[in-house]
Amino acid sequence: MKKKKMIAAGGNEISPTPAKPLKEKRLTKRELIERALTLPFMLPSFLGVMLFFILPFLVVIYYSVIDSTSTANFVGLDNFIKLFNNSAFKLALKNTGIFSLTAVPLVVILSLALAVLLDTNIPYKSTFRTIFLSPMIVPAASVILIWQVLFDYNGVINDITALFGVSPVEWLKSDYGYMVVVLLFLWKNIGYNMIMFMSALSAVPKGIIEVAMLDGCGAVRRFFMIKMRYLASTISFVTIMSLINSFKVFREVYLLTGNYPYDSMYTLQHFMNNTFSNFEYQKLSSAAVVLCLIMIVIIGILLWVDNHLGKGIEE
Amino acid sequence: MTEDIKLNSAAFPKAKPQKKKKIKLSRVLFLFFALLVLVTFAALFLFPTVFTVTNSFMSTTEISANYGKIFTGLGTSGGGRVFIAEKVNLQLIPDKVSFSQYATVLFKSPEYLIKFWNSMIYVLPIVIFQLVVAAGASYTFARANTKFRSIVFFAYIILMLMPYQVTLVPNYLVINKMNLLNTRWAIILPGVFSPFSVFILTKYMKRIPKSIIEAAELDGASEIRIFWSIFMPLCKSTLYSVAILVFIDYWNMVEQPLILLTDQELYPLSVFLSKINEGDTGIALAIAVIYMVPPVLLFLYSEDYLIDGIAYSSSVTG
Repeated sequence: MKKKKMIAAGGNEISPTPAKPLKEKRLTKRELIERALTLPFMLPSFLGVMLFFILPFLVVIYYSVIDSTSTANFVGLDNFIKLFNNSAFKLALKNTGIFSLTAVPLVVILSLALAVLLDTNIPYKSTFRTIFLSPMIVPAASVILIWQVLFDYNGVINDITALFGVSPVEWLKSDYGYMVVVLLFLWKNIGYNMIMFMSALSAVPKGIIEVAMLDGCGAVRRFFMIKMRYLASTISFVTIMSLINSFKVFREVYLLTGNYPYDSMYTLQHFMNNTFSNFEYQKLSSAAVVLCLIMIVIIGILLWVDNHLGKGIEE
Repeated sequence: MTEDIKLNSAAFPKAKPQKKKKIKLSRVLFLFFALLVLVTFAALFLFPTVFTVTNSFMSTTEISANYGKIFTGLGTSGGGRVFIAEKVNLQLIPDKVSFSQYATVLFKSPEYLIKFWNSMIYVLPIVIFQLVVAAGASYTFARANTKFRSIVFFAYIILMLMPYQVTLVPNYLVINKMNLLNTRWAIILPGVFSPFSVFILTKYMKRIPKSIIEAAELDGASEIRIFWSIFMPLCKSTLYSVAILVFIDYWNMVEQPLILLTDQELYPLSVFLSKINEGDTGIALAIAVIYMVPPVLLFLYSEDYLIDGIAYSSSVTG
């Protein structure tokens, strides 16, 4: 966003029309007062964000490089090394990583596919839209009982697979638990993403599509050559949002299995919760810093991709 | 039905009837498969919700008979002998519709209603004050695009994208310092300053044409006047859609109470529900349905606003 604006501003500087600089200078004086007057509106939010997020996060960074809050000796990266040797953290990081790597692409592809289907001339479009959105509305806690009935050892899923001669599986107490979590995640998040894709699809200029149709461009080519270019920035944003939501899947896991689930379902939030209850500030702080860095790298990559793909449309 | 009419009318022009018919056939095939896919997905999506609702109308004995194998506390609580089916029996329609679970929740054991009330006490102030605070901040961001503001706004976006695993640690430290741990404020205060609604509102406010603002300025309107009489009325529907999104998000919260509250009495229902699943399955079902009611009502009344809100949030840029 910033980049594009700067380019535009730079363009003005190179080729200024003679009338413009004068006018701009006169405006800035009035604008300065205006800018100063609009600033106080931000104050409550700014102070709140500073107080509850930014400043304490600096403290978190500080805690991550000292040995304990009472002695406060600088220990460099010791806490981080300890953290990466901690088996619970490694397990949690690995599980969350694997989960995000599989669930996020799946949810992006599935919700895009559903959005494309609903973008065609299909009857009952809004009914389907409402139904796909409903899991987002229904609290996870409300339907957790049904999930338990489905995935219990004596549950419904095992009954169904038994019809095909498959032996029953302890869904929630084995490595399959991970698949259950992916399913829950898809169920919860497809609707939200689908709406974002639908709004992006409806923003594709009709003229271009019509011209392409006249030129004999097939539906598949139309989608990949034209619509995808308009969808690019939405795809990267949906990926970011899905990634964030994949960190929230702890909710469902916690409601299903409590604080100490089977290994394959042990997420980062479980690790944080259990560390919180032991008041291990150093461990907590270094974990938060590591996660923050990981997130910044991922978000940075996605925003960079977004910026590069987004250019295609404007040119 | 419209399909048939089109097919007939397509047969009238004699120039190229064959080609037209071919297109229609492929379209019918496409429709068939598309609907098949959509209906399958729709059934899967609705299934957990529908079952929760219908099963909440079962009597306690029916529930223990069907699910006793899973929720083992069931057989003992009844005192006498209870029939438990060998297999778990997920049933859509109850054999006999009974409101006994609801009666228990509403009249006999009010502790569940207290948790429901807890949820309200957390979510309503968060929604209202987050909107108030965010409206002001977005006004600042939307009015002028200075370097300082764009840096702060970018920081807000990054903060919005941070998972709870990162933000809850600083929250905990401050709330601990303020001696507010294990009070309602521990949940409400960080919620009020969550940057999510700032993000959407700013994006919307930036679309308000500059000419309107300039006209107001020429008439000598103060900033407060412009904010209140121009921006707020224009943002009404966006404010509403943000409110719904925030409501749904906090109505679902699990992470924050688990960390910031230790007293179970203060837990919102979203956390407490997982604790009553053992033993009182019937009651859990009834209270689960009651818990669904506020967000579902909101959704039914304002689906379009919700969809607009999601659409506004759909990209970082622009």
